[in-house]
Amino acid sequence: MEAQMDNLTMQDKLASSPSDEPRKQKKKKVLLMGKSGSGKSSMRSIIFSNYIAKDTRRLGATIDVDLSHVKFLGNLTLNLWDCGGSVYLKLAGEEEMLTSTDARQDAFMENYLSQQRQHVFSNVGVLIYVFDIESRDFDRDLLTYRSIVAALSQFSPTANVYILIHKMDLVVPNLREDIYNDRVSLIRSKSDAFDPTPFATSIWDQSLYKAWAEIIHDLVPNLDQIEKHLGSLGKLIMAEEVLLFERTSFLVVSSWTSNAIITSDKDHPAQNPTYDRNERLSNIIKNFKQSTSRYTGTPKSAEQLSIFDLKMPSFSMFLIKFTTNTYLGVVLPPGEERYNAAKLNCYIARTQFEDLDSPARKSADRAASSTEIVAES
Amino acid sequence: MSLLQTGRRRTKLDHSYNDRPRQGPFRHISPAQLSLERVHEQNRLGTPKKDGTKASEQAPGKSAKGKPRLLLMGQRRSGKSSISSVVFHKMPPNETLFLESTARIQKDSMHSFMDFQVWDFPGQVDFMDPSFDLDAIFGEIGALIWVIDAQDDYLEAITRLNGTILNLQPSYPNVNIEVFIHKVDGLSDDYKLDIQRDIMQRIQDELSDHGVENAPINFHLTSIYNHSIFEAFSKVIQKLIPHLSTLENLLNDLCRACRFEKAYLFDVLSKIYIATDASPVDMPSYEICSDYIDVIVDVSEIYGWDRPKEYIKSLEGPPWNKKLEDQTACKDAESAIVLTDGKRPIMLREVNKYLALVAIMCEGSYEKMPTVIMNVEGTVKGLIEVFEITKERR
Repeated sequence: MEAQMDNLTMQDKLASSPSDEPRKQKKKKVLLMGKSGSGKSSMRSIIFSNYIAKDTRRLGATIDVDLSHVKFLGNLTLNLWDCGGSVYLKLAGEEEMLTSTDARQDAFMENYLSQQRQHVFSNVGVLIYVFDIESRDFDRDLLTYRSIVAALSQFSPTANVYILIHKMDLVVPNLREDIYNDRVSLIRSKSDAFDPTPFATSIWDQSLYKAWAEIIHDLVPNLDQIEKHLGSLGKLIMAEEVLLFERTSFLVVSSWTSNAIITSDKDHPAQNPTYDRNERLSNIIKNFKQSTSRYTGTPKSAEQLSIFDLKMPSFSMFLIKFTTNTYLGVVLPPGEERYNAAKLNCYIARTQFEDLDSPARKSADRAASSTEIVAES
Repeated sequence: MSLLQTGRRRTKLDHSYNDRPRQGPFRHISPAQLSLERVHEQNRLGTPKKDGTKASEQAPGKSAKGKPRLLLMGQRRSGKSSISSVVFHKMPPNETLFLESTARIQKDSMHSFMDFQVWDFPGQVDFMDPSFDLDAIFGEIGALIWVIDAQDDYLEAITRLNGTILNLQPSYPNVNIEVFIHKVDGLSDDYKLDIQRDIMQRIQDELSDHGVENAPINFHLTSIYNHSIFEAFSKVIQKLIPHLSTLENLLNDLCRACRFEKAYLFDVLSKIYIATDASPVDMPSYEICSDYIDVIVDVSEIYGWDRPKEYIKSLEGPPWNKKLEDQTACKDAESAIVLTDGKRPIMLREVNKYLALVAIMCEGSYEKMPTVIMNVEGTVKGLIEVFEITKERR
């Protein structure tokens, strides 16, 4: 965590110094690597292209590197490098067609680690390495991982490393934790100076959202500022919970929970017992987007939602399009006045958050726009 | 507590690692129990009514009197149990692969806006056998649903269906017979219609050969992998609802007053619509409304936890100084959604414990939401009144 924070602040400094081109510095490279067939493209499609898990069966093997740019909060563009596990086909295939899987893996390795070494591994913000839990040859995977990490430490020593132990659904439930811990400790021991953050994932449940939400959370540069403002907004509108969603992936980038839900025990505010609610909410909305895209006849990747109101006897909630790249979700106690005032306030706060979202665009009129909170009637 | 707030539903993706084992959806009954029930029912019914005219006189009040019964029949492996699991037990369609074949009659009581029973029959048993008490089975029937596997050879199924109809016609001429031409998801549209035409032709020919004309038979093309099965069930159940026309008129008035494109009255649990306005039903609008209910059920499951009493007390204190119930305008769940194109916003309003009103509005309606809500409020009152009247009669 310490290392990550350092990295973030460093990036910020670079970005704010006028001599440097701020845009270029903010383009962080995100490498998505792992053995062929470990599920890299599947998870990328689910998170960023609104596929549902079933749809990923259609995906073929990724040949070469699949570059995609995902526009994000704070003018941050994610450069997602989906490095095909079978990238050798194009690059090495002319000289020799390799058939055995071992040879394939070597060829892929060699390519990344020799000719392409500097091109691929320089200026990396994040490396996400995917391990297939079902892999027969874990030692070989570890070897590959080790050389990748070595290359990374040479060109981008400040990068963050995340390891995803993927396809967890294929393991018998009562063995999952043991196998997972076992693998993680092995991988940790081979990680050089990096301190990888491990996650157990599967595309068939919310664990994938949880992992990616956390990765993205670490990537957003001015997140501490956003979080601070989100907190003060939440307090002002007396919300129980405020959630900030990223536009395309609908992952919860940041959230704030009220500690005003008092119980008889004053020091311990009550919490919603559903601990994985953020991922579940992302999941629900992503599923619903499938239906709405059929309904409106627009592509799945297009924006679908604009306003969602829900008033229940025990709580009320709204979800609105907030800034260019975000949606805002607010959970409130029931009550009309509270609800309407909160909604108006959120719309007023929009301009302020728009600045945080994309500061380069309108830094001039930042001073002019100040949040005014309408008083409760 | 309403189903919208508590209804547990299994979403398509919602399996956590430590998922609970799948709950068997069926109540298994022993043969002894089954015969007991049969004896009980025979006693209750008293003398079996053989007279056709008498039955027709009682037809309108029939569903109000007891629990209407939906009988699922058809060849073995035609998909009867899968249908009842998907529609009434929220089982994801792909899990029905693991259902075992049904050995004896499975009775499910559905406690919803009206109580009805679903009886799932094993395909291999011939109920025309004299050892079965026909009256116990068909006495209080609401509808007979005959499932035909469209991807299989259906000639035998049709022969058996015809036999059943011919057997039933003399004593129970008012039984609605609904033929589900099932498993049509993999078939092309042309082929589907060909099959439907062929099946209709064969049934009608054989029935008229035996002198039965105009038997009340309806045909539906269904599949558990899309919404068609819910649509078909909606049509079956609508025939069993007393005062359906009153409900429909109420919805028509609402649509006219608010310029709604379409309004559905949904049963939240099964997502069958029990009434809709007069404009034609189109699949996309039904699908979005039913998925919308899912979203609300799921969201309220996450956030509808019991807040501590102290917290609620503080909410009722200054500056509001009002009971929490008095701070809200509507006691039931209310929701609306606007999509980015802004064209057809959707609204939802809880009617009672089991029912929800979902409507597709027209462009610009969201800005006039307060008026819309008032109109909806009036309609909901009307709907509840209609159901009260039905209950009293019972």
